[in-house]
Amino acid sequence: MPEEKIKMNLSCPMPQLDFDMITLGHGSGGLLTNKLLDTGVFDLLKNEILDKRHDGAILSTENQIAFTTDSFVISPIFFPGGNIGELAINGTVNDLAMCGAIPQYLSLSFIIEEGLMMKEFWEVLVSIKMACEAAGVQVVTGDTKVVERGKGDKIFINTTGIGHLHPKASIAMEHVKVGDKIIVSDNLATHGIAIMSVREGLEFESDIESDTRPLNGIVKTLLDDYGKNIHLLKDPTRGGVATVLSEIARDCKLGIDIFQKDIPVNEQVYGACEILGLDPLYVANEGIFIAVVDSAIADDFTEKLKQQEHCNNASIIGEVVESHPRQVVLTSQIGGKRVVNMLVGEQLPRIC
Amino acid sequence: MKYVTEFRNQELVEQYLSEIKKITTRHWKIMEVCGGQTHSLVKNGILNLLPKEVEMIHGPGCPVCVTPLNLIDKALYLALEKNVILCSFGDMLRVPGSEKSLLQAKAAGADIRILYSPLEAVNLAKANPDREVVFFAVGFETTAPANALSVIHAHKLGVENYSILTSHVLVPPAIEAVMNDEDSSIQAFLAAGHVCTIMGIDEYYPLVEKFNIPMVVTGFEPVDLLQGILMTVQQLENGEAKLENQYSRVVRPKGNPQAINVIEQVFQVNDREWRGIGNIPKSGYELKPEFHKYDANIKFDVNIKAAKESEECIAGLILKGIKKPFECPEFGKKCKPEFPLGAPMVSSEGACAAYYHFHQAMEDLEAVS
Repeated sequence: MPEEKIKMNLSCPMPQLDFDMITLGHGSGGLLTNKLLDTGVFDLLKNEILDKRHDGAILSTENQIAFTTDSFVISPIFFPGGNIGELAINGTVNDLAMCGAIPQYLSLSFIIEEGLMMKEFWEVLVSIKMACEAAGVQVVTGDTKVVERGKGDKIFINTTGIGHLHPKASIAMEHVKVGDKIIVSDNLATHGIAIMSVREGLEFESDIESDTRPLNGIVKTLLDDYGKNIHLLKDPTRGGVATVLSEIARDCKLGIDIFQKDIPVNEQVYGACEILGLDPLYVANEGIFIAVVDSAIADDFTEKLKQQEHCNNASIIGEVVESHPRQVVLTSQIGGKRVVNMLVGEQLPRIC
Repeated sequence: MKYVTEFRNQELVEQYLSEIKKITTRHWKIMEVCGGQTHSLVKNGILNLLPKEVEMIHGPGCPVCVTPLNLIDKALYLALEKNVILCSFGDMLRVPGSEKSLLQAKAAGADIRILYSPLEAVNLAKANPDREVVFFAVGFETTAPANALSVIHAHKLGVENYSILTSHVLVPPAIEAVMNDEDSSIQAFLAAGHVCTIMGIDEYYPLVEKFNIPMVVTGFEPVDLLQGILMTVQQLENGEAKLENQYSRVVRPKGNPQAINVIEQVFQVNDREWRGIGNIPKSGYELKPEFHKYDANIKFDVNIKAAKESEECIAGLILKGIKKPFECPEFGKKCKPEFPLGAPMVSSEGACAAYYHFHQAMEDLEAVS
C-alpha cells in the first residue's frame, strides 16, 4: 500500500482494534461481524437511512428512476490514482449518469478473502466515503461476507445504485441518427495503462494515474444545457472506446466513422501503448464518457465540456453515417481506413 | 513522440504513395516476411492506399502462427500435469493446441503467467524455489537473445528450477522454403527489420543471388513500409535484384554483435517443424548440450503423441503466401478470432486475424457500396 495514501487520509484515522486482519469469523454475521462494522463502517458512511441498521433501506424517490449494478474485482486493489473502493462507487455512479440519471442511493457489498489486513480494508473504506461525498450519493444498505483464503482475491465489491432521471434527459439508442457527432470527454486509455503499470510481470515506471472519478456532476451540467440534443451517453470501461462504438453501431444499425488524428491520448499513455503493443482504443477507461449528440450543438457541447474539470481534452472524434451500417471505420493518421471491431477476449501483448 | 510521429507523417506517406503509383507499370507480388509488418499494413490502412498493381502477400513471420501444435501440447502438458509455472508472451495464450489453448488451461487451474521478458521468469524461479518455472521461448531471431540471456542468467545465479521450452525459428530458411515452393509466385521481399537489427543483413545476399529477387530490409511504421515498398518496386521495374536496407536507422550491416554472441553461446541451429509448413532444415534454434539442464523438453522428458492439424485449416498455404485468408472457405465462418481453427487467426500478426479485424470487412464494405 503506498505510504502517501495513508498520510492523505489522516482525517479518518483507523480506530484502535484488537485485530489487524480480517478472518472468516468477520463474515459470520455474529459478534465479529458486528465488531467489524462497529469499528467504523457505519460511522464512516453515516446517513439517516443507513443508521437505522435494518435489513434493507426504505427510500422515497421521484417519478422515473434508473437502476444499475456492477461488481469490482480489480487486481491489484491499490493502483496509481486510486483503489477498488472509489472505483466501486464511481463505476455505479457513472453507469447511472450515463442513463441521464442523478445518482442518489447505493448498496455496498463486500466479499473479502480472509487475511486481508484491516489497514487495507480501512483504506478502501475511507476512499469509499470520499468518493460518495464527491459524487453526492449515500450508501444506504450493504453486506459483508468473508471467504476462505484462495477463494477470492483480497476483496471484491458490488455496488448497486438508483437515481432519478434528469427531467431534460432523453437518452436512448433509438435517438441516435445519421449526422450525430461522437464526442469523447477526455484522454483515452489512462486507467488501463495505470493498472498495467503495476501488474505483476509488467511493472514499468511512469506517473500515469487512473482517471477514476464521478461523472455525474459534469453530465448534469450538460443535460441542463443541452437536454434532448444529447442522444446517447456511454462510459467506455472494459473493452475501451472501440468496443463501445462497435456496440452502438450494431444496436442502432448505422455506421460510425472515427478519425485517429482527433482521438485524444496522453503522450505517456500513448508511449506505453506503443511499447506494450496495445491499441489505446481497446484499453479500459474509468473517468471518461462518449456522447453522441446532435450535430447542431456538437461544437458548443465540446467547448462547454472543455470548461469542466478533467475534460480539457474533450474532442469530436467522429460521426454517425448512413454507409457501412453496423461497422465502425477508422481513418488512420495517414489517411488509410480500417474496420474497428469489438475486443476479442483480453487484449494480449504481442511477442515482438 | 520522437521516432514515432515523424514516421506516421501523412504528407510523407502521400509522397511515397504517389511515387509508387507513378513508377508502377505492371502487377507485382511482394511478400512482407514479418507479422509485425502485416499488422502495421492493415492497422494503418495501407493496403487500401496502395495501387491495385502492388499486391502485398503476407509471409510466415508470425512466431505464434508457426509454433507447432505438438509444442503447444507440450506446454499444456507441463502446465496441467507437471504443475510448473508456465510463463509465456501474451499472444501465445490463445493459440489452440490439439484440445485446448493455454488460456483455457489457465481457466482450468494451470499456473500460467504472461510476461514481457524471460528474465522476469528467472526472477520468478528464484522467488519460488519449490516450483519449476518454464518459459515458453517462442519467436524469431528477435527474441532469441533475451531467451538465451535468461539461460545464462539462471546459470550464473545457480537457479536450477528454471528451464525453457524452445520454439525458435529463423527467417532466411523460411524465405528459402517459400521460394522453393512450386506454387509460389513471389517476386520480391520486404525483409524483417527487427530480425536484421539482431542478425545483420549478410545472410540475405546469398538468397538474393540464388533466387534473383529484390529484397529490402524494411521497418514497421507507415513511412518505413511505403519507402520499403517504393524501393522494391523501383528494383522490380528496373529489372534489378539487390539487397537494400531501408531501415538503416536501426539495422547495421553486421547486426548487434553482442546479441549474436549471446545467441551463439547458448543455442545451436537445428531442423525445425513449422506449423502449417512442415519441416524446414536448419531453420531453428535448440539449446546446446552444455545447457541441456535448462531444456524443458529434456528436463521433463515430455513425450506427447503428435496430434493432427485441423484438416479445414489452410494455414500452410496462407503462411507461404499461396492463398489469401479470404480464399479459405472457413474464413470468418467456422474460423474467427474467438474460435480459431488455426494459429494465423489468433495473433494480431497472423494474416487471417489481421484480415479479419481490419481489412476483410473493408472489402465487404466496398463490395456492397
